[in-house]
Amino acid sequence: VTDEGGNHSVGLDSVPSGRRAVVRGLEGGRAFTSRLAALGLVIGTPLRILENRGQGPVLALVRDTRVALGRREALKILVEEIPDERVE
Amino acid sequence: MSGSSEGEGRGEVPGRREREELLVGIAGQPNVGKTTVFNLLTGLAQHVGNWPGKTIERKLGYLSVNGTRMRVVDLPGAYSLTANSEEERISRDFVIHERPDVLVMVADASALERNLYLLAELLLLPAPVILALNMTDVAESEGIRIEPHVLEAALGIPVVPMVARRSVGLPRLREVIERVVRGRGFFSPRRPEITSTRRETLHRVLERVRGLLPDGYPDDWVAVKLLEGDDEVTAKVREWMPAEEWAALEDLLRQNEDAILDVVSSRYEWIARLVRAAVTRPKLGPVSLTDRIDRVALHPVGGLAVLGALFALVFWLTYAVAAPMQNWLDVAVVGGVRRGVASWASGWPDWLASLVSGGILGGAGVVLTFLPILAVFFAALGALEDTGYLARAAFVMDRFMHRLGLHGRSTLPLFLGFGCNVPAVLGSRVIDSRRGRLLTILLAPLVPCSARFAILAFLTPAFFGSGATLVAWSLVLLNLLVLAGAGVVLNRFVLRGERAAFIMELPLYHVPSHRTIGHFVWNNTWAFVKNAGSIILVFSVAVWALSSLPPGDVEQSVLARFGHALSPVGSLMGMDWRMVVALLSSFVAKENAIATLGVLYGGGGEAAGLADVMAAAVPPAAALAFLVVTMLFIPCVATMAVIRKESASWGWTAFSVGLLLAVALTAGIVVYQGARLLGWGV
Repeated sequence: VTDEGGNHSVGLDSVPSGRRAVVRGLEGGRAFTSRLAALGLVIGTPLRILENRGQGPVLALVRDTRVALGRREALKILVEEIPDERVE
Repeated sequence: MSGSSEGEGRGEVPGRREREELLVGIAGQPNVGKTTVFNLLTGLAQHVGNWPGKTIERKLGYLSVNGTRMRVVDLPGAYSLTANSEEERISRDFVIHERPDVLVMVADASALERNLYLLAELLLLPAPVILALNMTDVAESEGIRIEPHVLEAALGIPVVPMVARRSVGLPRLREVIERVVRGRGFFSPRRPEITSTRRETLHRVLERVRGLLPDGYPDDWVAVKLLEGDDEVTAKVREWMPAEEWAALEDLLRQNEDAILDVVSSRYEWIARLVRAAVTRPKLGPVSLTDRIDRVALHPVGGLAVLGALFALVFWLTYAVAAPMQNWLDVAVVGGVRRGVASWASGWPDWLASLVSGGILGGAGVVLTFLPILAVFFAALGALEDTGYLARAAFVMDRFMHRLGLHGRSTLPLFLGFGCNVPAVLGSRVIDSRRGRLLTILLAPLVPCSARFAILAFLTPAFFGSGATLVAWSLVLLNLLVLAGAGVVLNRFVLRGERAAFIMELPLYHVPSHRTIGHFVWNNTWAFVKNAGSIILVFSVAVWALSSLPPGDVEQSVLARFGHALSPVGSLMGMDWRMVVALLSSFVAKENAIATLGVLYGGGGEAAGLADVMAAAVPPAAALAFLVVTMLFIPCVATMAVIRKESASWGWTAFSVGLLLAVALTAGIVVYQGARLLGWGV
């Protein structure tokens, strides 16, 4: 998915372990959005993928919280990967 | 009507009801040490019950500071105050309807941003809040520095830094609670405000609900919840409003369906401002111990190996520690009481002595001798839970659970089932969708409980000698395979519909606290005693009566006649009437099967005696069929009672029994007839 700014967004499920990304969109409805918000994940939140093995659940470090997400759920979180150089 | 909150400085709490006792609520997200703080405040005098009409535990205690006595309620752990889970609904209903004089929100200082999200929500409700900043030691060890005074000033509410595990900060918390309850504490919170682009929208929603809400519901909280699309609040407001006004409001809300994004973002902007002011932290934390352990514990292969090893350890520990205790209870305590009763009751009629010794002491003995096994098992599992490991087990198991239509959350309740199916069924409460809960409840009885392990341990050596271990583990494996198969089928054909989302926090690993483990053991073992104990006792007396009436020969008893009547079914599985009766008695409590066989085969209950008698009387194929059926048979009566309670449906209870009956009988017939065809062990 490419937005107006020309930024490329992908599902969180396709970000490999160790990479960083910023949340750009949430496509799971309002209940989904509010559950993620309660764990610290909203649009604009930077996160780091701790575990993503291509199948099974995904683990992301969001603020100070390790959030486990089923693949189905990870797919609905659109993120933009941050290239490593931009990490301070 | 709550015009009262209109335009007031909301530092004042409007319309608080006159109550004799002062009320303190302890709120907080899960895994922040909320219960530790509750325990510290209230000591051991706690009343544990349920929230009215709910299956979630409600803990109540008392706190006295300088002669002020307060009732303290431990609220269930909730990440936010949306209607996403029962815990969240309970927490917000508590504040709205019970009007606590103060809320203590316990926060994990090492994950302050996420914790402050709950505070952002709580501050809209009509109760003064104290922030108990717990685990400051953990935060410091991660290089996070929080200045409580700055946070206090920025928030406008009292902040108490704590290390609850070591009782640090307790005196100050008690003091602050008392001051706020007495109305002498400062409380002028700076609440989060919605993004400027939505301010107008919020204002219009506020205008529409103003004056229409029942007492206790703050206008601005309701307005925000409407913008968030909160189902429960939306349904309520619709009820409270005249139809035309609702239509207009609904229209307004529909145009602002994406407002939730601004609502939640504005809370995190508020949090970011607080954190900028009061918190300094290292730019890039070192790779934490948690992440290093997780690299192994969450690995698709390594993680399974860790899980398997830990569970082997739990089982080994359970039986190594508990078996001698169980033996001692059986021989010294139950045997002793029995002998005591026998000598004391020498003048009693035979039937009465037999009722006391066989019926009552038999049943009580079963309950008593199972306590060590359950206590040790739950202690080991509780330790794993409290270190944070069980959340990892859920993560590792998630991909398998998916195939059964479940997700990782069902792991803990199913594991509990290895101890006793009763807490397994009760534990299904942690699952957030009704469908997932129901599926877990239906599958839980297929987890072989410790009573069934006891049967295996007793009967397999008698029948299979050196092959006993292999047979026993094959039978356990069979149960797990049937569980998986039943899950796939139920998921595909019976319980279709939306799946719950797997979204779960994996807490940091930490050293478990004996208090928390003690609680876990107590809750789960007590669930067994409360739900199973009395039922086992009653049914034990009933079985005694059926097997003793009419007096005289056991073979002529009502129970025997019942067994004879069912023996045509039994004969398909190679079982005689005695085994059929033993199977029926396992409905009361699985381990009754052994005691019943003891009575009917006349081994006199002496272990060695019965084993020899049965080995001589029962061919191996029939014995195997008997074990297969026993392992898969209908849930015991206590499990059935909690299935009924948790599913709130007789229909599903009947379905569960019917399903297991069909599975068990089919498996028994297949095993016996298969063995006969192969000419083995007949």
